[in-house]
Amino acid sequence: MSEASAALGLPDAGPPRFESLDAVRGGLARVGYLADESISGVVYLADRLAKPVLVEGPAGTGKTQLAKSVAELTGARLIRLQCYEGLDESKALYEWNYRKQLLRIQAGEHGKAEEEGPSWAELEEDIFSEDFLLTRPLLEAIRATEPVVLLVDEVDRVELETEALLLEILSEYQVSIPELGTVRASQLPMVFLTSNNTRELSEALKRRCLYLHIDYPDLDREREIVRTKVPGITEELADQVARIVRSLRTLELRKAPSVSETLDWARTLVLLGVQTIDAAGAKDTLHILLKYQADIERATKELLSASSG
Amino acid sequence: MLDLLSGFVTELRRSGLPVSLTEHLDAAEAVKHIPLEDREALKYALAATLVKSSAHWRAFETAFEVFFAVRTGRSETGAEGDEGDEEGADSEGEQAGQSGMQGQGRSWKGGGSGEGMTPEELAELLFKSLISADAGLMNVVARNAVDRYAGMEPGRPVGGTYYLYRTLRNLDLDAVLERLMGQAQAGAAGGSLTELEERLAADEFKARIEKFRRAVETEIRRRLVEDRGAEALARSVRKPLPEDIDVMHATREELALLHRVLQPLSRKLAVRLARKRRHGRKGPLDFRATMRRSLSTGGVPIEPRFRHPRPAKPEIFVVADISGSVASFARFTLHLVYAISSQFSKVRSFVFVDGIDEVTRFFEGVVDPAEAVARINTEADVIWVDGHSDYGHALSEFHRRWGDQVTSRSSIMVLGDARNNYHASGSWVLEDLQAKARHVYWLNPEPRDYWGSGDSIVGEYAAHCDDVVECRTLRQLEHFVGNLA
Repeated sequence: MSEASAALGLPDAGPPRFESLDAVRGGLARVGYLADESISGVVYLADRLAKPVLVEGPAGTGKTQLAKSVAELTGARLIRLQCYEGLDESKALYEWNYRKQLLRIQAGEHGKAEEEGPSWAELEEDIFSEDFLLTRPLLEAIRATEPVVLLVDEVDRVELETEALLLEILSEYQVSIPELGTVRASQLPMVFLTSNNTRELSEALKRRCLYLHIDYPDLDREREIVRTKVPGITEELADQVARIVRSLRTLELRKAPSVSETLDWARTLVLLGVQTIDAAGAKDTLHILLKYQADIERATKELLSASSG
Repeated sequence: MLDLLSGFVTELRRSGLPVSLTEHLDAAEAVKHIPLEDREALKYALAATLVKSSAHWRAFETAFEVFFAVRTGRSETGAEGDEGDEEGADSEGEQAGQSGMQGQGRSWKGGGSGEGMTPEELAELLFKSLISADAGLMNVVARNAVDRYAGMEPGRPVGGTYYLYRTLRNLDLDAVLERLMGQAQAGAAGGSLTELEERLAADEFKARIEKFRRAVETEIRRRLVEDRGAEALARSVRKPLPEDIDVMHATREELALLHRVLQPLSRKLAVRLARKRRHGRKGPLDFRATMRRSLSTGGVPIEPRFRHPRPAKPEIFVVADISGSVASFARFTLHLVYAISSQFSKVRSFVFVDGIDEVTRFFEGVVDPAEAVARINTEADVIWVDGHSDYGHALSEFHRRWGDQVTSRSSIMVLGDARNNYHASGSWVLEDLQAKARHVYWLNPEPRDYWGSGDSIVGEYAAHCDDVVECRTLRQLEHFVGNLA
């Protein structure tokens, strides 16, 4: 980290957060996030290179959870910016509290009757000071003195033009406020951006980030996830759950079951006291995994049909 | 290492990935921080810094396999021993393999079996490796199989697809799968498996066989790299990005790939267009809303509000040639147009060969356009005489039956290569339609150089179209459809 922060002209922000690749992986596993090689590798590099991570992948594969887990692991505060259409500077970066400014000016005018009030220059200095600044998530992450993890969630929902807001913060870790000057980070936050890929992100944004694509986990990892996240599940059941879900994903479905849906399903099975899944039992609980009627019908036909009768 | 990296970046750029200079620098920086002998870590470090879209992953992986292939003959113990956990298991087989694999790689010893393994022994070993899911054994089998069956000839400038085919054909993986299933049946608790269990077992074995197939492919690649060097091989195996595949000449595998990228592509396009529509222009000032807003600032209208504009949506007529050569192109276009049909007030589609039929009804109430497109092939009535393209007849028929429904709000897209088998052109129809409709476009899936050659009469139609567009790849198609709405 020290090298990277020196290159950015930032104060040294302490030693690297992670010792080695294995430390990342082990640490994430400790806080209940089972990372594969690529995930832990990219998190490690993000720390070493002081670069933000752009996480893409299907819904429900743990993109947001990754940021939360890293925050938990490093003991940092998580600052979250949920993106939506129409998000603008005043919601993401900072805003002047103009009602308070208005009051300040009016207060100044009333004072005038008795003695000479503040001059305009003083007043201007005053109302554009930090007291009147409302910090929004991005600025907050920069100004924080304790370690933070900044999560910019679903960045693909903002318009292309709004993306530009992020660029300064992502590459320089600073925010320029015309009236105040440039606010620089006193520590380097770890930044995660997630995207559901509903539109192509701009080249400028991608270039500044490390890219991580999280896909559905493979059989072994999914089984491990089920076993760690669902208390009281037997090895055998976890294995069966993971295998059925994998088979479902090979079908052409409108919405393949995500990891979170797999977990919901496994929890349901445990609650119902199911020991092994048979076709009939699977059929009754399939609606937890699949959210479209057409998908459920298809899965029933392909996987469970004849043996249920 | 830096030289190798530069070569790799150049190769990525050649296959069409936009890798910028900063990204190259980032990659060089990232490589410093990871243990170099860890090949998996290297792969992810490079992927994270160089590849910024999941659609480019395939091209990246191919190039990576070639440039950073596991080299045998060098560093007997160092590199291989430290591979990721998957390969860690096979270090024993790997070591044994290396000692015998020097040079031509013809004679292979060790791993518990003799030099001249008979085909039966090999098949037995493959079966064993698959049933126990033993990655090390799988690699050993792959190496042997390539020795025995691929018949590789040094120095030939090929990408290895044929070697792969030849090896796998001899191993007869379908029969192996059947045998595996038989084994699973026999080993089941109650004598036979339920359907669900059978299906799960089949998927499991298929996954293992796929893994084996990949092992064979890697083995062949590795030998080709040894034979001809990375850069030469990279040129042979380079694959176009999905957006750049020529639809008319796509292989079956590529078509499947196109289908997979089509859905996210159309969704992105729909989102983009919907936003453009909403944010494109600002409507007139909304006085009432502005006043109401100003209450919180003491009646000073600080933030003006505007009405949302509602521009008229165009009505689209798609007239598509679905005869053999251009059929897949027509399918992609119909799929894309329907995926964004919410951006149009109405979409009507017609398909023709020498007769013409309206197929709008297939798309009504269907969630997935792919289903409807599949139905067109079997159900549409498009043959009039002999099933050879006749643009003239199809167009005049279109004019007779639906011509009066074309209004000044309609845009017409004609899809086809205009290869008319020397029939009458019927271009008067387009002339008439152009006078009535808002726009007439012609999308031609042939390269521009071929237009007007042979029986192509696109020039004759072009005179009556607002624009004739070359549309060979998904990228071009997306660009056109995006501008339409």
